[in-house]
Amino acid sequence: MGGEVNRSEFLDRHYTHGDLHMEPGTTNHPHRLLTKEYRTLSYAAGPLVVVQRTTDISYGEIAWVMLPGGVRRLAQVLEMDSDRAVVQVFAGTRGLDLERTRVVFTGDVARLSVSLTMLGRVLDGAGNPIDGGPPVVPDARPDINGQPINPYARDHPSEFIQTGISAIDGLNTLVRGQKLPIFSGFGLPANDLAAQIATQSAVLAADVERDTGRGEERFVVVFAAIGITHREATAFQRTFEASGALDRTVLFLNRADDPTIERMLTPRAALTAAEYLAFEQDMHVLVIMTDMTNYAEALREVSTAREEVPGRRGYPGYMYTDLAALYERAGRIQGKRGSITQLMIVTMPDDDITHPIPDLTGYITEGQIVLSRDLHRRGIYPPIDVLPSLSRLMNAGIGEGKTREDHRQVADQLYASYAQGRDLRRLVAIIGEGALSAEDRLYLQFAETFEREFIGQGRRDRAIGDTLALAWQLLAALPVTSLKRINRDLIARYRPDGT
Amino acid sequence: MTHSSTPTTNEPDQPGRIRGIAGAVITVQGLIGARLYDVVHVGHERLIGEVIRLTGTRATVQVYEDTTGLRADDPVEASGAALQVELGPGLLGGVFDGVQRPLPAIRRAHGDFIARGARVAQLDRQRVWPFRPLVQPGDRVQPGDVLGEVAEVPHLMHRILVPLHLSGTIETISAGEFRLTDTIATLRVAPDGDGETAARIVPLTLMQRWPVRQPRPYLRKLDMDEPLITGQRVIDTLFPIAKGGSAIIPGGFGTGKTVTQQSLAKWSDADVIVYVGCGERGNEMTEVLQSFPQLEDPRHDGPLMNRTILIANTSNMPVAAREASIYTGITIAEYYRDMGYDVALMADSTSRWGEALREVSGRLEEIPGEEGFPAYLPARLAEFYERSGHVCCLGGDRGTAEPRRGSVTLIGAVSPPGGDFSEPITQHSLRTTGAFWALDTDLARRRHFPAIHWRNSYTLYDLTRWFRGQVHDDWELNRREASGLLQREGELLETVQLVGADALAETEQVILQVGRMLREDFLQQSAFGADAYCPPVKQFWMLKTILHHFYLLDSAVRRGVHLDRALDPALLADIARMREWPTERAEEEAYALMERADAAFLALRSND
Ligand SMILES: Nc1ncnc2c1ncn2[C@@H]1O[C@H](COP(=O)(O)OP(=O)(O)O)[C@@H](O)[C@H]1O
Ligand SMILES: [Mg+2]
Repeated sequence: MGGEVNRSEFLDRHYTHGDLHMEPGTTNHPHRLLTKEYRTLSYAAGPLVVVQRTTDISYGEIAWVMLPGGVRRLAQVLEMDSDRAVVQVFAGTRGLDLERTRVVFTGDVARLSVSLTMLGRVLDGAGNPIDGGPPVVPDARPDINGQPINPYARDHPSEFIQTGISAIDGLNTLVRGQKLPIFSGFGLPANDLAAQIATQSAVLAADVERDTGRGEERFVVVFAAIGITHREATAFQRTFEASGALDRTVLFLNRADDPTIERMLTPRAALTAAEYLAFEQDMHVLVIMTDMTNYAEALREVSTAREEVPGRRGYPGYMYTDLAALYERAGRIQGKRGSITQLMIVTMPDDDITHPIPDLTGYITEGQIVLSRDLHRRGIYPPIDVLPSLSRLMNAGIGEGKTREDHRQVADQLYASYAQGRDLRRLVAIIGEGALSAEDRLYLQFAETFEREFIGQGRRDRAIGDTLALAWQLLAALPVTSLKRINRDLIARYRPDGT
Repeated sequence: MTHSSTPTTNEPDQPGRIRGIAGAVITVQGLIGARLYDVVHVGHERLIGEVIRLTGTRATVQVYEDTTGLRADDPVEASGAALQVELGPGLLGGVFDGVQRPLPAIRRAHGDFIARGARVAQLDRQRVWPFRPLVQPGDRVQPGDVLGEVAEVPHLMHRILVPLHLSGTIETISAGEFRLTDTIATLRVAPDGDGETAARIVPLTLMQRWPVRQPRPYLRKLDMDEPLITGQRVIDTLFPIAKGGSAIIPGGFGTGKTVTQQSLAKWSDADVIVYVGCGERGNEMTEVLQSFPQLEDPRHDGPLMNRTILIANTSNMPVAAREASIYTGITIAEYYRDMGYDVALMADSTSRWGEALREVSGRLEEIPGEEGFPAYLPARLAEFYERSGHVCCLGGDRGTAEPRRGSVTLIGAVSPPGGDFSEPITQHSLRTTGAFWALDTDLARRRHFPAIHWRNSYTLYDLTRWFRGQVHDDWELNRREASGLLQREGELLETVQLVGADALAETEQVILQVGRMLREDFLQQSAFGADAYCPPVKQFWMLKTILHHFYLLDSAVRRGVHLDRALDPALLADIARMREWPTERAEEEAYALMERADAAFLALRSND
């Protein structure tokens, strides 16, 4: 890993600097041999530039905005008429003038150089190396926007991933190829949880793959930092380093002080790398994207600059589609050995789960892990509120032969009993404990122990067998007749003191 | 989308030229002869588009594929036809994108990812089908008359109908094995008096086309008197939907829209299911694709996939095609209806369709209405739901006086932002649909599934007569009693929240007990496992058993027995396991349980 990154290189790339996969003057578009250069800027504001008298520009193509003084910035055509193009500049229009600035259209879409040598590298939010190492020698240069996976080619995800976290493994099981966000709030330990999942599930993946001869090198992490702080980014890097996973990780870093519009590229670049590793190189890729809220803010900024009709709370009406185009780049494909699992962090503004960013995310992803400020305040880690949490692919990944035959029913029972305990807790807050029956008290107590022991496991790594054993132990405190969600046979088989 | 080249269409020889591009919307100059809603081919890759606005010499086109890489001056060619689907044998069991391109063929041609400009035939042109004629040369036929039939799948006869714009006399017709585009019959059509003087001979094939935005005609709408049996207790018992009716399932994310729609696709007693995945997850389509061929059709031999048609335009596929997918689906549904079948269409989710409409409208810079949706949103929703119905089909079977009847039942999922039902799509859909199955976030969080809330949901269909005749005379009585109890329980729970359960009278405590039984032992129904499908008879006997228990408990506490003593844990445990009853023994089991309860309560009395 390289040392400190040169910040100015981050913001502006110089003509001489080798980088984003395209040099001005080269083009691989068959319809056009000459690169077009224009000095006809008529407008510049926020992230947008308007270029006049353009001919033969293609929609979505990449351009370079060349500032006086040898600085150039990556840009993309957002909208065009027959003689005019609206161009989005990823590093913003600061320092740009209308007279001397030139815009060079490349005739090509945004591409990322991918190869196995990316592993262990640190790249910026647009995919350029910033670790002092050489450029990535490309094995391929795919379009970073990707293409939709044909639903007919998908394979339904069904392989259990042991994260070692009871609230996830036991109640909201993650499977390989799933997209599962962590809904967090400011100051809640979502990044810690994501890093813990990444390191702990890596270990199990290695176990599983051992017999096949290809060991842990098949499990890799692609990490996309989207507008996170320097401190947070370093913390992730340290965790990966400590677990020895750093050379099986590709880091894309767009930090809080990097250009905001570059965030439009970061998840796309990361997912492009992931697709290459998963579907060309047979790897199991865990993509961690943090923080998608920063991505959505960038999206809103561009939309506002384009004066589009705003949707809910100022976010563009197409945000659902835009986010879906990212999140749907997870999954499995029939006949391919690799997979892409996405774990993204979404910070809920004001802890509001109905805010458009978590709301639209939840509509697209295959469940969500919701963190609770209340549990966090009470010192419970990980502070996962299981009631609003969900894994939609859980059923496919659990049961006999995968985890254990009683898994589904135990999970249902824990949910039902815990929900009842929580209701009673609310009731007690209003009318006092005096009004509770003896059985009610059992449930109240159950909710407490469940939160403290089952959810609040601390930093330890708990195997699924231990998670289920603990569940039965907790359920043993409740009358056996109240275990309505579990079959009699299973109760007889698993309940600690028989029936 | 391909187009028919009917002889009346003039193909323009000069292509139009692209002038502007913004997302899925392009403007085109000089597209001569194009009419509104005609299909056009855009660019060198011939992407599919549809004309959505004409102003002077400019046409605005929505493109059903990714527009990246298109450039100004690229050619745009008119096809001379509207957006159409191909209708014929081979639809059942198929999986298509929003403009009816078969996804398996796209995969064969382009690999695992969907490429732009994929050109594949909508229906398989190579496959041969055995055709059996049901009319003879010399017979006079009308639009919609049955020409003959093809056993498309073992349980379903695909009736080949006289195209809906033709009538005349059969010249020739033959039995045998035919491809979709082979001539199976010829029709002598009388001159239409509109300039035509001589009769013409029209060849007929197994395949026809129909423009998706135009509802297929029928003779008349009929009363809706038969329920679509879904096997879901909360639906069939409390909020049933009629065959030919329409319903919406609104709910925040994770409340069970998709699982419910899939359960209905699996278990409801329709002949044909059209499942439209509109702007939702790829894996959900895969799940249907991988599970339906393995699942037995509960009513016919063979796998469920045999009666299912899947339209998959997932959230990452082009937005404009998402808008079209709903119409593609409903047109196919109407086509099977016209053969005399009961069809159910599930659209998951209509909100994504509405958003696609909004996105295109935004690019057109139309004046936005509520929440940015175009002002015509309510009209579009109404038009869509009006395509449901129980109808008397055009044409009839020869030899029978009774005309064919068919139905299209529409069930639309709605995904309201923030789970708030006051938004435009939910509200406007409410006005044109007959059943409202309101999913509740709180119920879903406590894993009460299906999370259809009994207090906020409703149905406008009165199907009492059918249930009384086909299931049990007491059906309606039970239903009323159960609704009343749930209502009462809800009110009492609110009181408990304020003052605690102690403040309630014993008779009210009974209602709390029974309310809970109704919720947990009757309404809750897992979509996974043996309880996923519960036929009406079993629903009836389960409910009857709970209500019987209510009468016993109620009279016991009125006699002064304490509720704690009246509640027998063993009986309660058996009530909780009623869902495990085999259907054919439901009545027997119910009586056994009720008799045991009678005996237990009799014993209580003697203890007093
Ligand atoms: N009838 C049901 N039985 C069991 N589980 C259900 C049922 N309905 C919903 N669920 C659970 O809820 C989750 C979310 O349901 P889903 O239909 O995907 O929600 P939505 O489409 O509303 O976002 C499912 O993954 C499943 O775990
Ligand atoms: Mg859904």
